[in-house]
Amino acid sequence: MSGFRLDRGGRVDRTRPIGFSFDGATYRGFAGDTLASALLANGVMLFGRSFKYHRPRGLLGAGSEEPNALISVSRGPGRHTPNQRATAIEIYEGLTATSQNRWPSLKTDLGAINDRLGMFLPAGFYNKTFMWPRSFWDKLYEPLIRRAAGLGEAPSEEDPDHYGATYAHCDLLIVGAGPAGIDAALEASGTAKRVILIDEQDEPGGGALDDPALWSWLSESLKDLAAAPNVTMLSRTTAFGYYHDNFIGAVERLTDHSAEIGSGPREKLWRIRAAEVILAQGAIERPLVFAGNDVPGVMLASAARTYLHRYAVAVGRSVAVMAAQDSGWRDAFAHARAGVNIAAIVEVRETVTPALLDEAQALGIAVQLGHSVIEVHGRHAVKDVTTARNDGTAVNRLTCDALLMAGGWTPSVHLWSHSKGTLAWDEALGAYVPDRANENVRCVGACSGTWNFGSGMVIDRLPTPRNQAKIKAFVDFQNDVTAKDIDLAVREGFKSIEHIKRYTTTGMATDQGKTSNLNGLQIASKALGRHATEVGLTTFRPPYTPQTFGALAGHAQGALFQPIRKTPIDGWAEENGAVFELVAQWRRARYFPQAGEDMHAAVNRECRAVRSAVGIFDASTLGKIEVVGPDAAEFLNRMYTNPWKALEPGRCRYGLLLREDGFITDDGVSARLARDRFHLTTTTGGAARVLNMMEDYLQTEWPELDVWLTSTTEQWAVIALQGPLARQVLEPLVEGIDLSPEAFPHMAIREGTICGVPTRLFRVSFTGELGFEINVPAAYGRALWERLMDVGAAFGITPYGTEAMHVLRAEKGFVIVGQDTDGTVTPDDAGLDWAVGKKKSDFVGKRSLSRPDIVAEGRKQLVGLLTDDPAVVLEEGAQIVADPDQPIPMTMIGHVTSAYWSEALGRSIALALVAGGRQRMGEVLYVPMPGTVISTKVSGTVFYDPEGARLNG
Amino acid sequence: MLLIHCPYCDEQRAEIEFAYAGEAHIARPPDPSALSDEDWSRYLFIRSNPRGRHHERWRHIHGCGRFFNAVRDTVTDTFEATYKAGEPRR
Repeated sequence: MSGFRLDRGGRVDRTRPIGFSFDGATYRGFAGDTLASALLANGVMLFGRSFKYHRPRGLLGAGSEEPNALISVSRGPGRHTPNQRATAIEIYEGLTATSQNRWPSLKTDLGAINDRLGMFLPAGFYNKTFMWPRSFWDKLYEPLIRRAAGLGEAPSEEDPDHYGATYAHCDLLIVGAGPAGIDAALEASGTAKRVILIDEQDEPGGGALDDPALWSWLSESLKDLAAAPNVTMLSRTTAFGYYHDNFIGAVERLTDHSAEIGSGPREKLWRIRAAEVILAQGAIERPLVFAGNDVPGVMLASAARTYLHRYAVAVGRSVAVMAAQDSGWRDAFAHARAGVNIAAIVEVRETVTPALLDEAQALGIAVQLGHSVIEVHGRHAVKDVTTARNDGTAVNRLTCDALLMAGGWTPSVHLWSHSKGTLAWDEALGAYVPDRANENVRCVGACSGTWNFGSGMVIDRLPTPRNQAKIKAFVDFQNDVTAKDIDLAVREGFKSIEHIKRYTTTGMATDQGKTSNLNGLQIASKALGRHATEVGLTTFRPPYTPQTFGALAGHAQGALFQPIRKTPIDGWAEENGAVFELVAQWRRARYFPQAGEDMHAAVNRECRAVRSAVGIFDASTLGKIEVVGPDAAEFLNRMYTNPWKALEPGRCRYGLLLREDGFITDDGVSARLARDRFHLTTTTGGAARVLNMMEDYLQTEWPELDVWLTSTTEQWAVIALQGPLARQVLEPLVEGIDLSPEAFPHMAIREGTICGVPTRLFRVSFTGELGFEINVPAAYGRALWERLMDVGAAFGITPYGTEAMHVLRAEKGFVIVGQDTDGTVTPDDAGLDWAVGKKKSDFVGKRSLSRPDIVAEGRKQLVGLLTDDPAVVLEEGAQIVADPDQPIPMTMIGHVTSAYWSEALGRSIALALVAGGRQRMGEVLYVPMPGTVISTKVSGTVFYDPEGARLNG
Repeated sequence: MLLIHCPYCDEQRAEIEFAYAGEAHIARPPDPSALSDEDWSRYLFIRSNPRGRHHERWRHIHGCGRFFNAVRDTVTDTFEATYKAGEPRR
C-alpha cells in the first residue's frame, strides 16, 4: 500500500494533466504538482539511495529541507542538473527525472552491501582506514570512495544556457511569503517604501498553502499586493545568502519549471541592497530519532499535511503518527478529517492536554501514550511498526503503511545567522531563536520562534529496549549519520560540536543539516553531559540551498569571463595570422607563423630578422605614467633606486622599483621630457600596481610634493623598430628629429612628428640591437604600423611577437620582472646592483638592502646556464641540484627562470636563480627531469654581444 | 558586500569601488637609515591585527582615487568611522 490522490481538494489543477518520467517509467500528475507529490500520488515511495549505506529512501519532507529525494533532471545535452530535491521540482510535460547513487537500479542496488557492512563503516572510518599507504589515496581510495558514496553525476557538456544578473535596491526586503511575510508586506504596502517580497516556491503562501482555511485570505492578500505599485513580488526566488550591510543574494529560476526552455536566461541572480530586511522564513519540523526512521514512508508530519492539503495526496492508506509534539496530533486529525485512516497516534509523552485526547476519541483514533516506535518493518516501504512503552514493556505491532514524525520545530535562522545576528536558546522549543540583530533586520513569524508551535517534549532520541549502540537511528539522512556515530565521536574524545560535525559529517551535506542539526546537537549534548548551549551550534553559511554555478557566474563566462584588452594594432595582428597569448589582461601577438611554420620555426625566423635586418613589434601594452610637476624628479628619486635629479631633459634611464622590503617589484625605461615632466614606463602587468603604489606614497607619505600622476597606458600606441636597419626604415618618415647617432644617442628621447603625427620617439633597445620605440597617439597606431610595414618591406621588415622578444632579451641577459624575479629577489640578486644609486641617502626599499638576511652570503643569484648538450632546452621552473646522485629528497639550490632556443647562438640558453650563483661560474650543475638528468654549466647572463656593440647598428 | 563612506566624496558606496590598503597610521620613518634592523623590521612586518577596532586604510580606487583612513570592527565588520588621510587617529 502507498500514497494516492484524494478525489477532491488540493491546489493542483485537475483540468491540466501532465505526463513525465521517472527512472524510465511514465507517470501523470497535475499542474501545480512537484515531482514529489506527483510520484507520491502514483504510489511511488522509493526516491533514492542514501549516500553511504545505499539504504532505500523516500520523502522526508515536502519543501527545500528535503534531505533524501535527490534527483537528476535531464533536458538535453549540457542540461543535466543533479542533486535537485524532488520536493522542489515542478513537473512539466516531458520532464525526465532519474534517481541517483544506485546501480544497477533503484530497487536493486548492489551498493546496499554497505548497509550490511555498517558496523565496519562508523564515523571517521575513511580517515582511519585509508591513511596508509599515502600514495594509495589519490589513485585508489579516493576514486573508489567517490564512486561508492555519491551524489548525482556532474554534467559533462558545456552549459548551453545563459544566465542573467541584476542589482536591486529597496527600502524593505521581505524574505518568505508565508502568512507572516505577507502580513509584513501588506503593512508596508500602505507606506511610501519600495518593497521587495521574495519566496522560493512557485506559489506564494508558505504555510498558508497547507491550510485550506487560509486560502481565501491568501488570494485576497496576494491580489492586494499585486495592486500595490510599491511592492515587487518575486516567486521561485531563493534568497541564498545574507551579506554585509543588508546585501542579499537571491536566484530567480526562470525556465526550469516550463516545458519550453525558450531563449531567455535560465536563472537570474539578484543582488539586493535593502535599507531594512524582514526575515519570514518559517520553521522546519524535526524528525524523531529511532531505529528505522529512514524507511520510505516515514516522514515529517508537517510534510504529510502539505501533501494532503496542498496537493490532495495521502501518503498512505493507513497512517501512524509518532508524536512528541501537539502539532503531530493536529496533523493526524487533519488526515482523519480528510478521510485518511489513522492507525494510531503513538505519543512519547505520558500525558497530553485533554483536548487532544477528546478530539482523538471523537475521530476514532487509537492513542498510545508514553509509547515509542522501536522498529520499522519493511525495506522499500513501511509494512508495519513495532511500538513499546517507554519502559520497554508492552511491545506490540501496529499495522500501517506510513509513519509520520512530529519531533518539534526548528526556526529557520539561516539568513539571520549569515547576517551575524546572535541566537538565544529556547528551552521549550529545544532550538535556537534569533536574539540580537547585527544589521537592520528582524525576524517575524515562525522563524522568530514566537509562533504558536503548541507544546511538546524535546527529546534527543526515542526510548527503546534495544541496545542503542546496535541500531541505526538516523540523525543526518543525507550524509547517513546515525545517533551512535555521534556517540562514538564523543567517546573518541571530540568535545566541540564543530569537531563532532566534521568527524561524523553530520550537517555537512547539501541540505546543511536543515532537519538534523538540532537532533545532532541534542545527542552530542547528552553524550557529553553538557547543556546544549555549552556545546554550541555549528556555523550557518551561504548558500541556503544549493545554487547553480551558472547563476553565480552570470554573464562572466566565455568571452565575457574577463575583459580582454587589445592594442590599436591588435586587428592587424589578427588579420595577419598572429597566434596570441594573454599577458595580464592584454591579448598580445606571440608569433606570426607563415605557411607551414610551427612556433619554433616562426620564432627563429623572427629572431633572425631582428638580428640581421629589422623587426617590428607592438609594445603598446607597456604601462605608462605621465609624472608632472615641479617636484617630479624629487619624487622619482625617492621612488626608484636610481638617481633622477641629474638626468637631462631628452634623456632616458632604466628605473628599478623596489618595495620597502628591498625586493624588486617593477622596472622600466623612463624619459625626462622637461624639468617638470617625465614619461614613465612600467611592465605590462605592473602598470596598475605601480600607479597605486606611487599614488600611495604621494598622497600619504609625501603630500608636500607637488606632483601629478596620470595613467597614459592606453593613450599611446608603441611600435618598437629593432635591428641594424631600423634607422633606415624610420628616417624618411620622421620630421623634426635628427636621427644621426651623434644627435640621437642610445637612451635618448626626442619629440617631433612621424608621417605627420606627433610622436615621442625613444631610442631604446630591449633586444640589444639598434632600436627605437615610437609612441604615437593610440588612434594613429595601426596606420603608422601599416606605413612602417610598407616602407620597411624593402628592408625585409618582419613583425615579431612576444616569444621572439623574450628570446632576444634573454640572449642579452635582460630580466623580466615577475619571470626572472619572484618577489624575493633584490637588485644584487638579479645582478642589477649597477642600477642602485650608491650616493642616494634614501629611496623606497633602501634601508632593507642592508638587513642581515639581504647581505648574507649564499643568496640566490641570477646566472646563465648553458646545457652540455646545446640542443636541450631546459624547462622553466625546473629545479637545480649540485649533486644528482644524492638521495631523495634532494637539496635544491635554485631553479630555471627563463630558457629558450637561441637562434643567434645556435644553442639553448637559460637564466636561473642559483644559491651563491656568481661564485659558481663554470661549475657544472644538474637539472633532474623525469627519466633523465640534464647537466649544465653556470655562465654569465649576457650570452650575445657582451660589449654591446650592436646597439649602434 | 560592505558599504563604505568615502570622506572625500562624502558618499556611501559599495565595496567594489574600493581597495583595502593595510593598517593605518604606520608612517614611513623620515630617516630609515637611522633605524636599527629590529626597528626597521618592525615597521615593515609587524601589524596589530586586533580583534575589534582596527585602524586601516582604504583607497576609493574606482572613484576619486584617494587613500583614506577608517575604523572597522574586525568582529562585526562594522565601520565606525572613515576620515581623511592626515587627520588624527580616531
